[in-house]
Amino acid sequence: MANPDAPKTAPKSFQEIILRLMSYWASKGCAVLQPYDMEVGAGTFHPATTLRALGDKPWAAAYVQPSRRPTDGRYGENPNRLQHYYQYQVLIKPSPPDLQELYLGSLAAIGIDLDLHDIRFVEDDWESPTLGAWGLGWEVWCDGMEVSQFTYFQQVGGHDCKPVAGELTYGLERLAMYVLGIDHVMEMPYNDPSAPIALSYADVFRQTEQEYSRWNFDVADTDTLLRHFEDAEAECGRILASDDTDDAGRRIIMAHPAYDQCIKASHLFNLLDARGVISVTERQAYIGRVRTLAKACADAFVRTEAGGAQPDEAVA
Amino acid sequence: MPDLLIELFSEEIPARMQARARADLQKLITDGVVEAGLTYAHAGTFSTPRRLVLAIEGLTANSPTLREERKGPRVDAPEKALDGFLRSTGLSKDQLEIRDDKKGQVYFATIERPGRPATEIVAEVLEHTIRTFPWPKSMRWGAGSLRWVRPLHSILAILSDEAGPTIVPLDIDGIKAGDTTRGHRFMAPDSFTVGGFESYAKQLKAAKVMLDPAERADTIWHDAQQMAFAKGWEVVEDKGLLAEVAGLVEWPVTLMGQIDDEFLDLPPEVLQTSMKEHQKFFSVKNPKTGRIEGFVTVANRETADHGATILAGNQKVLSARLSDAKFFWENDQRMIKTHGLEGMAEGLDAVTFHNKLGSVGDQVRRIEALAREIAPLVGAAPDLAAEAARVAKADLRSEMVYEFPELQGVMGRYYAKSASLDDRVADAVRDHYAPLGPSDAVPSEPVSVAVALAEKIDKLTGFWAIDEKPTGSKDPFALRRAALGVIRLVLENGLRIQLEDVFKKWLPISALGFQKAGYHIVFPVTDEAGVAFGPEADVDDEFDFEKMGAEVGFLKARRLDEVAFNFATVRLRVTSKWATDLLSFFHDRLKVFLKDQGIRHDVIDAVLVMSGSDDLTLVVKRAQALSETLKTEDGANLLQGFKRANNILTQAEDKDGVEYSFGADVKFAETEQEKALFTALDTAEAQITPAMEAEDFAAAMAAMASLRGPIDAFFEAVQINTDSEVIRRNRLNLLSRIRQICLSVADLTKIEG
Repeated sequence: MANPDAPKTAPKSFQEIILRLMSYWASKGCAVLQPYDMEVGAGTFHPATTLRALGDKPWAAAYVQPSRRPTDGRYGENPNRLQHYYQYQVLIKPSPPDLQELYLGSLAAIGIDLDLHDIRFVEDDWESPTLGAWGLGWEVWCDGMEVSQFTYFQQVGGHDCKPVAGELTYGLERLAMYVLGIDHVMEMPYNDPSAPIALSYADVFRQTEQEYSRWNFDVADTDTLLRHFEDAEAECGRILASDDTDDAGRRIIMAHPAYDQCIKASHLFNLLDARGVISVTERQAYIGRVRTLAKACADAFVRTEAGGAQPDEAVA
Repeated sequence: MPDLLIELFSEEIPARMQARARADLQKLITDGVVEAGLTYAHAGTFSTPRRLVLAIEGLTANSPTLREERKGPRVDAPEKALDGFLRSTGLSKDQLEIRDDKKGQVYFATIERPGRPATEIVAEVLEHTIRTFPWPKSMRWGAGSLRWVRPLHSILAILSDEAGPTIVPLDIDGIKAGDTTRGHRFMAPDSFTVGGFESYAKQLKAAKVMLDPAERADTIWHDAQQMAFAKGWEVVEDKGLLAEVAGLVEWPVTLMGQIDDEFLDLPPEVLQTSMKEHQKFFSVKNPKTGRIEGFVTVANRETADHGATILAGNQKVLSARLSDAKFFWENDQRMIKTHGLEGMAEGLDAVTFHNKLGSVGDQVRRIEALAREIAPLVGAAPDLAAEAARVAKADLRSEMVYEFPELQGVMGRYYAKSASLDDRVADAVRDHYAPLGPSDAVPSEPVSVAVALAEKIDKLTGFWAIDEKPTGSKDPFALRRAALGVIRLVLENGLRIQLEDVFKKWLPISALGFQKAGYHIVFPVTDEAGVAFGPEADVDDEFDFEKMGAEVGFLKARRLDEVAFNFATVRLRVTSKWATDLLSFFHDRLKVFLKDQGIRHDVIDAVLVMSGSDDLTLVVKRAQALSETLKTEDGANLLQGFKRANNILTQAEDKDGVEYSFGADVKFAETEQEKALFTALDTAEAQITPAMEAEDFAAAMAAMASLRGPIDAFFEAVQINTDSEVIRRNRLNLLSRIRQICLSVADLTKIEG
């Protein structure tokens, strides 16, 4: 298949792959957002995905999201596992009919020659118990390696997605390692290897991987984390319990501030999990508590303008 | 007659759903058009990851015109009745016919339903099919509300005859049926026009799409074998994987690669599972070394470099996966070296089995105690069975099983061997989950049998104790499978176990595990005092731990000192009804199992009421003998004779208000036939009693069946109800002997027919 979008040269670095994805999706009409400024486990948690997938307002956004999975920390030693990594996330609502073609174009844009590789869409349904969300789609394989998740959102926070949003998630390190032919993530060139100051992934992240692995596994104070979890949970509830109108009579539903607390609770749960203090039975209960918050935030968001509520509803 | 071709073109359909979808499409469309009055000669379905196809040959072009005659009101009936009739028939008064009827002149209507063209019918049926298609999971996309398994892009629907193709007039939520499709996503993405099924399949092939999944599977399997053969290797057959892979590609291109030497020492199950689950690779064996040394992967396209890039990429992914597996394997081995397999099992206390039944650690301790109990019944050494049970679930804490849960048991066996445990223990660790399904092999080594039985029985008594029984289609803990497992273990090994006794003994222990789940009460029952829960102790009575306090000491809790063991707070009411209920659950499963083997449920009912119904081997022996007997002419006729005797007797007993059960005397016999029956009954009884004791049911039933002749002759010659009350009573008592002797063999009243 001819790929008019495909650049003639192969990318040289991790950042070049990110930059190419940025310009590709910008050229396809997405708003290029910046990472959300909170600790999250995946790009899906960014309100630009979770909340914006709700309601009937059209939306198209692409962004990099630093993602943290404390239990995956390996002190920077494992070739593929990191407690902090990057996801590239695209969300388009309603999902366009040519989303698969758009996606394949993005692979070509980062230097994957679609005439030489075997790209496959293999069933993989997505479900997030913490977000009360699910969708159908695939994991995308390139020569047997999973390079992306492709999902048509059906429900978020217990609400049906109408219209349906199409979500693409690229695991950037893994994808870049594949494109650049690197076996150990730490050996990957972060910027152009011929730059005056060439930096590898290790130069940027090895030390932080070590520091966070130690903190996540051994040092993080579980009592504090637990207290923070409960604080975030309580604050989320308090925000949502507030009147829709403030003292000056303005109708302002605080869906986003409440959702920030939900994100916090979710990350604190992940940290507690990494510290090994959550038993199997408790695990379900914690996930259920976060889901309750996520659902309440979704309920609030759909009553806002961005969530598709009509202005007259907003007044009423 | 025209042919119909339908292609539903979508984004990638999950491989596992394609076969079912083909069948559903064929059924829904053919049923629909037939119901609308069309007929067809032949239908065939096909699928690829992106298309679901139905081809119907020889469809009638129109549905037939139907004529229906309806009788209306009388001519002199009120106007209203006529109006109603006209409305319901859609005719006008002058279209009605007046005929003479018995009651006078009556209106008759002839309603004609004109035939409809097939295009119109197909359009309706296809729309209905698409809108109601039974996908296991379906979705919406974009801004629409249509549901399909993945976004539906186009519909090809044409009826073609000598005159050429006609497009079926259909528009579903903006998707208009047409006569075009597309080829392979990458190799031939352009749209083309289709004339009929034959040209469709040819055009698709030219566009790098092999339409028939069977052809794709054959191609893959043939190519894989050829490649392996060229290297002196053999592909490991896996039909499920073959069907799945055939459902992932439109244009299969088979590639073979070699596994790096550094991974060849991994257990073959690990290599196979990792390659199959993660990569959907076939394993390739080198018959000279007996090891898995290669793999076959199936790409969805041809490339200019003949797949070199694709194979290299797959190889790299495999190496990364196997590096992980090797890392897990080595870590697990290290763990066993330093802490042993029991050390690995220690972490099971932290894993919940069920929140009311404690941790997996608790479960293991119960299984250990039960396996020790069961061991002598199955010919296993109790210590070995207990040891095997103790480490049976240790591998759940291994890194390998954490990564590949399906390798539970298999890895346990390797690790038991690494820990230098007895081979019988190692095999029992692997086999204690067996049998997993109706076709799974049943272990026969006594140690394996003991642990496999203990695992399942403990599970059943445990869930019975917390009242989590299967209901309807809901069986989340797979208890039916567990019961079937016990049934097969018992029957296929010819074991003689009184299951009800085991249940009675084990239910309170499971229930205690439930009550004290939070306290980590641990067993096992010691040999000296284990009798406390024997059936004598709690027959039909509520079991009260408060009263039993002193005796519960036999629950030699290993960590008793760590728990607040306050019996005043533990009030358990366990009754033997639970055991009876569990046994009847087993009987239901047994009926299902034996039905598949050709034994009728009423035959099983007839033997289940006999004593020893918890001894499944005995039950089946009886049922088989009875089933065979009833198939003989004597047996079938005896059954009729028995029923006749029983009916007469029961009626007489009801009428007279007495039970005729004793005292038939040959001296009151009037006819030869009557005397002959006395003799025959004596003879049969003399044979049946010892045969039943010896469990020679065939002999007992043959003796019973031999009564057929004398019974028939007796009924032929003798009237039961005579004027002489003495003779009548004697004859009724004689019938009672028939009943009694037959019932000593099986409860023939339960047999239907």
